[in-house]
Amino acid sequence: MRLTHLSLGSSLVLVLGLSASAFAADAIDTKRLHPKSGEFEFEGPFGTYDRGALQRGYQVYKEVCAACHAVNHLSFHNLDEPGGPEFSEAQAKALAAAAKIPAEPNDKGETTDDKGQPLMRSATLADHLPMPFPNENAARANNGNNLPPDLSMIVKAREGGADYVYSILTGFHEKAPAGFKVTEGKYFNPYFEGWNIGMPPPLNANSVTYSDGTKATIEQEAKDVTTFLAWASEPKMEERKRIGFGVMIFLIALAGILFAAYRKVWKDAH
Amino acid sequence: MAATISDAGTRRDFLYVASGAVGAVGVATAAWPFIDQMNPTTAALALASTEVDLSTVQPGQQVIVKWRGHPLFVRRRTPAEIEAAKAVDVNSLPDPLAFNHNLAGGEDSGPATDANRATKPEWLILIGVCTHLGCTPTVSTPQIPEGDYGGWLCHCHGSMYDTAGRIRKGPAPRNLEVPPYTFLSDTRIKVG
Amino acid sequence: MSGPSTYKPNSSLERWIDARLPLPRLLHDTVHTFPTPKNLNIWYTFGGILAFCLGVQIVTGIVLAMHYVANAGLAFDSVEAIMRDVNYGWLIRYMHANGASMFFLAVYIHMFRGLYYGSYKAPRELIWIIGVLIYLLMMATAFFGYVLPWGQMSFWGATVITNLFSAIPVVGSHIATWLWGDFAVGDATLNRFFSLHYLLPFIIAGVVVLHIWALHVPGNNNPLGIDVKSPQDTVPFHPYYTVKDAFYLTLFVIIFAAFVFYSPDFFGNPDNYQPANPLVTPPDIVPEWYLLPFYAMLRSIPNKLLGVIVMGGAIVTLVFLPWLDTSRVRSCRFRPLMKQFFWGFVVACVLLGYCGSQSVDAVKFGIPMVWVARVASLYYYAFFWLILPIVGLIETPKKLPASIAQSVLGDNAAQPAE
Repeated sequence: MRLTHLSLGSSLVLVLGLSASAFAADAIDTKRLHPKSGEFEFEGPFGTYDRGALQRGYQVYKEVCAACHAVNHLSFHNLDEPGGPEFSEAQAKALAAAAKIPAEPNDKGETTDDKGQPLMRSATLADHLPMPFPNENAARANNGNNLPPDLSMIVKAREGGADYVYSILTGFHEKAPAGFKVTEGKYFNPYFEGWNIGMPPPLNANSVTYSDGTKATIEQEAKDVTTFLAWASEPKMEERKRIGFGVMIFLIALAGILFAAYRKVWKDAH
Repeated sequence: MAATISDAGTRRDFLYVASGAVGAVGVATAAWPFIDQMNPTTAALALASTEVDLSTVQPGQQVIVKWRGHPLFVRRRTPAEIEAAKAVDVNSLPDPLAFNHNLAGGEDSGPATDANRATKPEWLILIGVCTHLGCTPTVSTPQIPEGDYGGWLCHCHGSMYDTAGRIRKGPAPRNLEVPPYTFLSDTRIKVG
Repeated sequence: MSGPSTYKPNSSLERWIDARLPLPRLLHDTVHTFPTPKNLNIWYTFGGILAFCLGVQIVTGIVLAMHYVANAGLAFDSVEAIMRDVNYGWLIRYMHANGASMFFLAVYIHMFRGLYYGSYKAPRELIWIIGVLIYLLMMATAFFGYVLPWGQMSFWGATVITNLFSAIPVVGSHIATWLWGDFAVGDATLNRFFSLHYLLPFIIAGVVVLHIWALHVPGNNNPLGIDVKSPQDTVPFHPYYTVKDAFYLTLFVIIFAAFVFYSPDFFGNPDNYQPANPLVTPPDIVPEWYLLPFYAMLRSIPNKLLGVIVMGGAIVTLVFLPWLDTSRVRSCRFRPLMKQFFWGFVVACVLLGYCGSQSVDAVKFGIPMVWVARVASLYYYAFFWLILPIVGLIETPKKLPASIAQSVLGDNAAQPAE
């Protein structure tokens, strides 16, 4: 994997170096690279999500990404429902209880304590996953005026889908080609349009320690969190494909019967 | 439609019946999602259970929490209130049935004895909806009595409930409903 | 063919109803015994398919409206709640979104069929014009509907298209403000678009009734383009075309299901999974695929007002079609020269659609797409205003068969069955 990245990076440099010499030195085309395939097993008409990947992905989200990114369309009760990470109800409740969300007004009608901090309570299964920042301004203020997008639908909201997200997460260690200057305050990532991304590289080897013992390389973490985010965008995917299979079989059978009926009826026409 | 008497007609009829049957099965199966979508969403179902912390409730006090869109009465009874409830002859009640979803045989499988109205006598958990036409009854306290039986008075049409939430007087036909609940600990219950 | 009814009630109940409301009679005459040319091919099944599509959209739409909230702050989240929390909400939403694409796929095939076989020619001119009206209503409905999820494309598509009205001199900007209900597309716009999106399909249903009623006066055209001359040319609609339409409808539903269950976002745009942001314009604003040809025409003209006129004129042109075609022969099967121009027209439409999907300054194979759009738009207009009138006069059509029955029998001499 590493070698491919290095050779890709160096071939990038070569190609751009050649094209740079043919035209003006600053006319580098910063169109984003075609995403690399994450080889996700959930793709295809019979693909399903890997439960282990989803649970590990949730861990990566919670420990790394949740500091800046919301995934607000997910609720804690989604975590124990079929088709997802399928934590047990007890585990999901524990995950919820560990999260703090703004509390409803207390008996005095207050929503902040005497220091002006919002009153918080533990989440329950019914609650949505908490947002790290209450609004866009707070998010930008804490992130160098960049707005970390909500990740609930990120896989569906980007051209290239899961492969795009995976490529971004693993694309930070590519080398910028000669002559390309990274904008102040941004980071180089050739899979992002314009090559300047506001997000600092989020993943390192062993950013998380997986409880199931899986080796936490950057590629593994990226693949797991991308699988989790793909599920967050499409929690009903497995149900959809399962029902789809039954529907297609039924329709093909129905078409067969109707075709026979049609031929029979028309044979009498002449 | 021209009636054919030949075998071809029978075979065609079979195909009609077959297509019709398969089509009907398809339509019925396809119809189900359109009917099921009106059922409560998973978000609503996630709110079907509520946990209530009992530690802040004093004897003789009632708190009201929201459960499934309804008010839920959580009342900590004094020994006097429990005695008053036990002393009542069940057969004299307008509604002698328990109306308690915690009973093993169904909510009306036993008489409305005090034991059949509260799992632990000290704690009375009731759905705060008057069984007449749905108003929220007002709780009776020693400082401000409501109704003649020490329990609740519904101001809408004058129904009066006793210290076990049973109807004693007024137009309400049933005792106040006891929802399904379990004690998670001495100070915490899960309702629903 | 309209004529005296041959309905005979089968039971006393039917007699009772028929004497008070001739609905059984109407159904009998229009769907049961209706004499239909016996040589209709697959391209003639799309009318029935379209009725099915309208039904699917109305049923799924009404159900979605039980959960959707038409408020700028809540709309996007309500659609996600449908996808995640409502039982089978994802299925109903995907059916509605992909159903719209299938609806337009079917309507374009239906329209091209009409063009090829001369179904718009006398005495069926009004059927064609009513059809153009249905098409317009469909485009308006689809446009309003796409705004409702309040994604980035919803918002910016609405902004671009409503801004077109400001091209009208003098009153344009007032009309735009009146449409918006505000100084820009916003909550007021969303609410009224929802109301209209709910209303228009029922108007479409009414106009479809007129469309079918008008059709039942002369009866269906057929691939040969020649009139029905005797009962030997026709078969009763039931069972011949009920079963044939059912079969082809099932094939259509298989394609529909393939999209809904296996590639539900194929026709969509990823940008619409981002909530609308009035302050950030997406890099490429693109409508849904079925509106792309007109979008390409609009953008191919550098002048705003002329672009609107060219785009609108393309649809208005359709109304005049029955009088632009001078040929006495209906079906392109017997019009060797027209047939080629027809296929050129199809290519022009597809090219326009492709151009509409690309950004304005796109260049492929060294050719700027905006010039391809201009040439294709020119061909579109030339097809209706020059080619149709001229070719009809200069063309030598092939010899028409004597009758439908004879043609069908002739086909049968070569191979058995239909």
